[in-house]
Amino acid sequence: MTDRIADIWGGRTPYAKGTAWPVRVDQHLDPGIAEDQVDRWVRSACLLCSNGCGCDIAVKDGRMVGIRGRAGDTVNHGRLGPKGLYGSTPWSHAADRLTRPMIRDGGVLTECDWPTAMGRIVEVSQRLLREKGPLSHGFYTSGQLFLEEYYTLAVLGKAGLGTPHMDGNTRLCTATAAAALKESFGADGQPGCYADIEHCDTIFLYGHNLAETQTVLWSRILDRTHGPNPPVLVCVDPRRTKVAEEAVRTGGVHLAPRVGTNLALMNGLTRELFEHGWVDEKWVTAHTMGVDELRSIVDSYTPERVAEICGVDAGELRRAARIFGTSDRVLSTVLQGFYQSHQATAAAVAVNNLHLLRGLIGRPGAGILQMNGQPTAQNNRECGADGDLPGFRNWDDEQHVQQLAELWNVDPLTIPHWADPTHAMQIMSYVEEGSIGFLWISATNPAVSMPESARIRRILSGEQCFVVVQDLFLTETARLADVVLPAAGWGEKTGTFTNVDRTVHLSEKAVDPPGEARSDLDIFLAYADAMDFRDADGAPLIKWRTPEEAFDAWRAASRGRPCDYSGLSYEKLRGPTGIRWPVTDAAPDGTERLYTDAVFPTATETCETYGHDLLTGATVTQQEHRAMRPDGRAFLKGAEHTPAHEPVSEEYPLLYTTGRTVYQFHTRTKTGRAERLRRAAPDMWVELSPADAERLGITEGDVVRVESPRGWIEAPARVGQVREGAVFAPFHYGTPGLAGEVGRQANELTMTVWDPVSKQPCFKTAACRVRKVRAGDGPAPAPDTAGSAPASTSGGTR
Amino acid sequence: MNLVTYLGLAYHAEQTFADSLRTVGQGHAKHPDVLFTCQALAAMSDEHVERLTPIVQRYGASSGKDVKEPERLHADGLAEVRSGPVGLLRDLQDLHVLGTLVQTTWTVVFQAAQALRDDELIELCEHASGQNSRQLSWLNTRLKAAAPQSLIAA
Repeated sequence: MTDRIADIWGGRTPYAKGTAWPVRVDQHLDPGIAEDQVDRWVRSACLLCSNGCGCDIAVKDGRMVGIRGRAGDTVNHGRLGPKGLYGSTPWSHAADRLTRPMIRDGGVLTECDWPTAMGRIVEVSQRLLREKGPLSHGFYTSGQLFLEEYYTLAVLGKAGLGTPHMDGNTRLCTATAAAALKESFGADGQPGCYADIEHCDTIFLYGHNLAETQTVLWSRILDRTHGPNPPVLVCVDPRRTKVAEEAVRTGGVHLAPRVGTNLALMNGLTRELFEHGWVDEKWVTAHTMGVDELRSIVDSYTPERVAEICGVDAGELRRAARIFGTSDRVLSTVLQGFYQSHQATAAAVAVNNLHLLRGLIGRPGAGILQMNGQPTAQNNRECGADGDLPGFRNWDDEQHVQQLAELWNVDPLTIPHWADPTHAMQIMSYVEEGSIGFLWISATNPAVSMPESARIRRILSGEQCFVVVQDLFLTETARLADVVLPAAGWGEKTGTFTNVDRTVHLSEKAVDPPGEARSDLDIFLAYADAMDFRDADGAPLIKWRTPEEAFDAWRAASRGRPCDYSGLSYEKLRGPTGIRWPVTDAAPDGTERLYTDAVFPTATETCETYGHDLLTGATVTQQEHRAMRPDGRAFLKGAEHTPAHEPVSEEYPLLYTTGRTVYQFHTRTKTGRAERLRRAAPDMWVELSPADAERLGITEGDVVRVESPRGWIEAPARVGQVREGAVFAPFHYGTPGLAGEVGRQANELTMTVWDPVSKQPCFKTAACRVRKVRAGDGPAPAPDTAGSAPASTSGGTR
Repeated sequence: MNLVTYLGLAYHAEQTFADSLRTVGQGHAKHPDVLFTCQALAAMSDEHVERLTPIVQRYGASSGKDVKEPERLHADGLAEVRSGPVGLLRDLQDLHVLGTLVQTTWTVVFQAAQALRDDELIELCEHASGQNSRQLSWLNTRLKAAAPQSLIAA
């Protein structure tokens, strides 16, 4: 195998349309370990991006020493990406792992034993429950726990405490995917699957730098674009990424809209479908609602008007629309360029609309992938450890709440369902004002990942709230906590997780966690025990002890819902591949595509939400929904484009946008501790267009100061591939937070503002200014292998 | 014709509603969803006022401002905001009351517009009523979300 730092996607295995993607097994073992020295290989799936590649963990002498892809797995056919190969195991034996609990004593975090730490937590928790009730408690979790842990947390939070204040960092990456699916189809859940890449003629990538975010999925596309009868790619992205280059190479289009104008672009594409008669009128009439209203909303978005708003060429927009309108099988993928930007849900819903207008759904090659940013985000949504209720149940439907109450044997009023659940940014506001006095953060690092970093640091370090952090390392967030709990990580515990195309994998425990670290499941169970949560008959509320028992409890909770796991078991998941839900008696081997019969879960009794006004976020009531009689038809919904929240001004003339790099993940908690990944993208940088750089007198590597109304960072400049007027910064890099430390977190500059429907924060629309601080002593530390390559060396895609 | 009086009321009520939405948005700017949504909702009412102006003139007043309306129909807007979580709740509730005045005013005008077969006014009434429903729905949604925390835990 080649060095996959330099050769990110590995060698090509081209294949033709409609044939299977060839197998290529990738493997990495620690230096000095030969394959025959491995004691055993343990079944798992990779947790370092949202793709969910099936893999086996190599174990030697009780240590995780490497990884290889599973040849028979439907997700990756044996491949792994650079992060999976080089970053999966080194963190596990890092010297700075947390091995004992810590409590804050006299302002200082000090090691202690578990009874002391849990005692402190329970004491505060019980006092607040007595004084203020469950609304004093908040939970902020991850996109990286296992299903069993999310479900346990959901039950203890919603039925034990009864707090509506539960969310995950999935709010920052994936909330819009869920919202868009719910608004269009009535419930969350991906209609298509990764195998649609094999069958499509055309792939549209909306705000999705797939080449860096999901490298294995990108190889699957590259293997088609380098094979016989390749698909045409269309890319929407303000940067000239590898995806954009490949779009041009395949005869497609790269549209680079001005940051914050995605919806105007989408309205323009939608109008073109109507204008040219690329609408399957019969299918639309039979299976959708709202076409006339959508048509009137997009009517004014002529290519010329869109060109003016978005700064794209009207002819290119027409060409992209023609490609969509005239291809037999289109696959669309969407990610943060849409989700974290202005009018996120409306723009993502517009992608669903295009497919619905042409009836391109529910058959091979006609897929929609409203992508996830994190590997277990789907489980957080399904299990209800975020704002949702378990099993995609509708919090506004008394019958759905009653089902949960019966399942858990509690009073339905215990289960918080009186209004829209509290989203992460609102939880932080309640923590800020002190009405939430107890906040439990697990496996995530909001001090780096949430917008407006200085505000988040202030909130978490304040005296008004007791903060518990449960993680692998003393992260930027853990340093601000009152109690820190050492958690076991991937490979040190057992559980299942589900990727974006609904494939469920079992990840088995390979080694013991270090010191006194415990699995997240055990920690939640210990809290539930100590709090003595009971059901209506006085029995313990949580009736399971092991991951497999938790999984079985979840299977029962999911039965009959769109995400039905009832036909799955740990035993079944020990087969050659992960399995896609729903898995039922009727579909024992899982389900490749949803909505093959064009019947959607929109009936009033079935749906996960009654929907929202895409412009304001106002909820549609049950009565209004019933009156529409959707009865299985999908919704076509639109909205007018509005200007972004913080337009450019004389003072702040540039648009700031953030994103990822291929070598790092999730504030570098794991990847920053893998030597090869750290060396590949060691430190923060800022990207400018050549034109802006020249105007500002900045050359490659100069240290620049970027300021927004909220803060500043200083970092070396990459004169790169971003469109003129935009400034790009990678969001992985944290700061030690020492006095006098130079700001280097991308989120020092971003705004506290969110999409009205998905409540996903905007990380991509802030105004900023840039000036040179001093000359650099070499190029910026940005990788030159992917989207952050210098403008001067822009080459073709491999 | 008494219709002109009601057109004046619609004009004033929408104007007052728009101004109050902006006041509440700015006053609670630390809640960004309140700030930005109130601005968007105010823009809807601005547009109604703009489209109503030529119709008011057609029915005999030089502008909406000149129409004298019965004293008891008048509603004061919000000149300043209250503070704190319960203050936000009360301000949203006041906006809802104003929005309801706007709603019933359009209902009344719509009836007359149909009787007069005034297509332009009918179209405006339908459009403004639809937008008004969105305004009220959002206020209701936000009130519901804020109520438990404000009344119990804050």
